[in-house]
Amino acid sequence: MGRRRFLGLGAALTGSLAVGGKQAIADPAQESPPADAPWSQSIGAGVVDRPYGRPADTEASVIRRNVPWLTASAESSVSFSPLQDLHGIITPNGLFFERHHAGRPDIDPAQHKLMIHGLVERPLLLTMKDIMRFPSVSRIHFIECPANGGMNWRAAQMNSLQFSHGMVSCAEWTGVKLSTLLEEVGIKKQAKWAMVEGADGAHMNRSLPLDKCLDDCLVVYAQNGEALRPEQGYPLRLVVPGWEGNVNIKWLRRIKLGEKPWHTREETSKYTDLMPDGTSRGFTWLIDAKSVVTFPCPEKPLDGPGLYEIRGLAWTGNGKVKRVDVSMDGGVNWQTARLHEPVLSKALTKFTLPWRWDGRPALVASRVIDENGYVQPTIAQLRAQRGSNSVYHNNSIQTWQVKSDGSVFNVQLA
Amino acid sequence: MYSSRKICLPIIAILLACAANLAGAAEPGSFGYGSVATPAQIAGWDIDVRGEDGTGLPPGNGTVDRGAEVYAEQCAACHGTFGEGEGRFPKLVGGVGSLRDERPEPTVGSYWPFAPTLWDYINRAMPMQAPHTLSADDVYALTAYILNLNDLVPHEFVADRNSLPKVKMRNRDNFIWTDPRPDTMTKPCMNDCVNAADVRISSTAEGRNLTPRTTGPLDTMQQK
Ligand code: HEC
Repeated sequence: MGRRRFLGLGAALTGSLAVGGKQAIADPAQESPPADAPWSQSIGAGVVDRPYGRPADTEASVIRRNVPWLTASAESSVSFSPLQDLHGIITPNGLFFERHHAGRPDIDPAQHKLMIHGLVERPLLLTMKDIMRFPSVSRIHFIECPANGGMNWRAAQMNSLQFSHGMVSCAEWTGVKLSTLLEEVGIKKQAKWAMVEGADGAHMNRSLPLDKCLDDCLVVYAQNGEALRPEQGYPLRLVVPGWEGNVNIKWLRRIKLGEKPWHTREETSKYTDLMPDGTSRGFTWLIDAKSVVTFPCPEKPLDGPGLYEIRGLAWTGNGKVKRVDVSMDGGVNWQTARLHEPVLSKALTKFTLPWRWDGRPALVASRVIDENGYVQPTIAQLRAQRGSNSVYHNNSIQTWQVKSDGSVFNVQLA
Repeated sequence: MYSSRKICLPIIAILLACAANLAGAAEPGSFGYGSVATPAQIAGWDIDVRGEDGTGLPPGNGTVDRGAEVYAEQCAACHGTFGEGEGRFPKLVGGVGSLRDERPEPTVGSYWPFAPTLWDYINRAMPMQAPHTLSADDVYALTAYILNLNDLVPHEFVADRNSLPKVKMRNRDNFIWTDPRPDTMTKPCMNDCVNAADVRISSTAEGRNLTPRTTGPLDTMQQK
């Protein structure tokens, strides 16, 4: 009996017989080499078996995950990218972290419009077709929620790379420069600010200085070469390179120019940083330089002493990553890691460093320096300035404790 | 011939660059895509309100008592009858004087700097399951009710486009609207940066039992 027929039969039979069937098949790990595994002695699925591809079934654990106890409802909540299983600077579209305030709307692009008005010469209403006719640009940028790492402000809480750093993702975005659209409507002299607003139930809106809008903001309809995912703002979103995730308005439907900022709920009640003296910082848009070792990490322990490649990601909203140093002893000594091309402005940058682990306990950490000379701070340095109630913008050095059995834990150093 | 070409070419290049620049300075409407938004179309979407001075607040008004009625129907299930917040849903009252505490409670009463922002947020985002479905009058009434719950306005207060910008919010003057970062600066030391004997773990996530699993199906853990 051929193996394929045998398998088919096994599946059709009852549970106990199916188990018997399994035992009859050669265990590829035991027998190969030299024996061929079943997939080498059979014919695979044909083209368009999966017209839109998907990861291998054995990668089913590599998914966005949430912290159910963190928020009251999944509609106003966040999910985290599985950084521990990603290998480059581009986040696959299905794994890009999510942050919604009124759930994910499923928008008909034929009905979606972008309105640009306020202090402009010629207010416009654009369809998706109109927007796609404008000269297009593609740029690679990260987006990070400023609350990424927020759960570790007070103490090391999340024993996981995914949950401590997974609110950052990076994609190639394609769309129109916002400056092109604003020139097309004609900016009136008094205009200094823009209010950007989404078409979701939150009608999410934020104020942006006009200078930033004209500098490098993009109105995008594509992500990594395909249409935006609904979770990322389909059919249209704003990308504000290097600035906190919340201003990168998804499902973008309106841009209004004005003389002053709006002080919306999301830039007063939220996304402001409470200091120990009771004052708050508002309009703290910039994502400061940050880095993290992605291997080893709590999800990816070490497998006995020997030679390893330390791997990690670094990024800054303030230009390019210039250097990353890695320490294995909790910051006593540092070695400069290798940066991998491409090193792009306001994009994730990959670094690696070979490490021969002797099996003794270690404290592994990375520290990025950006092109302005800014050095990623320790959590103690941040707390000295901001206390531990500011929720947002925790860009501190992450330390992973490696125990002698190879297991890895999220720790903070005094 | 050869030398004049050498001179001419840069001049032509400059002229071309100027012409391109003129085109690039883009007169409004130079692409001509889309349609000019009509005043009626703009009015349909023009919902934003400026927090500081209430610019954009529409006509209409609402009382604290009317607000209490709408609130009981549309908001109390999540935010609690008196704004105390059900479960993990946000509190709308309390926390006054707590902002310097170990566990501060930022709310409308303790934290929000501008009252018109409250009208704007309720109007655009609440109630959560049916956002932007309330009348302007009801949003005014809810705003009056929540401000009154927070002892920011008296029971007779009527919220409208003139009264809301005048409400003095407790935390109004405690925001700094310019970013003082970078607020840490260090030199990147490479060797013997700290005394090895002083390296001490001050906190660990080990054994805290707060982290959902990161393999297998999604975790449903709730906080203990
Ligand atoms: C289904 C539950 C639900 C209902 C009903 C609801 N809300 Fe909310 N409300 C929320 C959630 C969740 C948030 C936080 C949303 C976010 O941050 O994205 C919120 C936030 C708010 C806030 C902002 C709180 C802050 O300090 O930032 C206000 C004000 C508010 N709601 C008012 C109302 C009013 C008024 C109603 C009734 C018309 C209402 N809500 C009905 C769930 C609800």
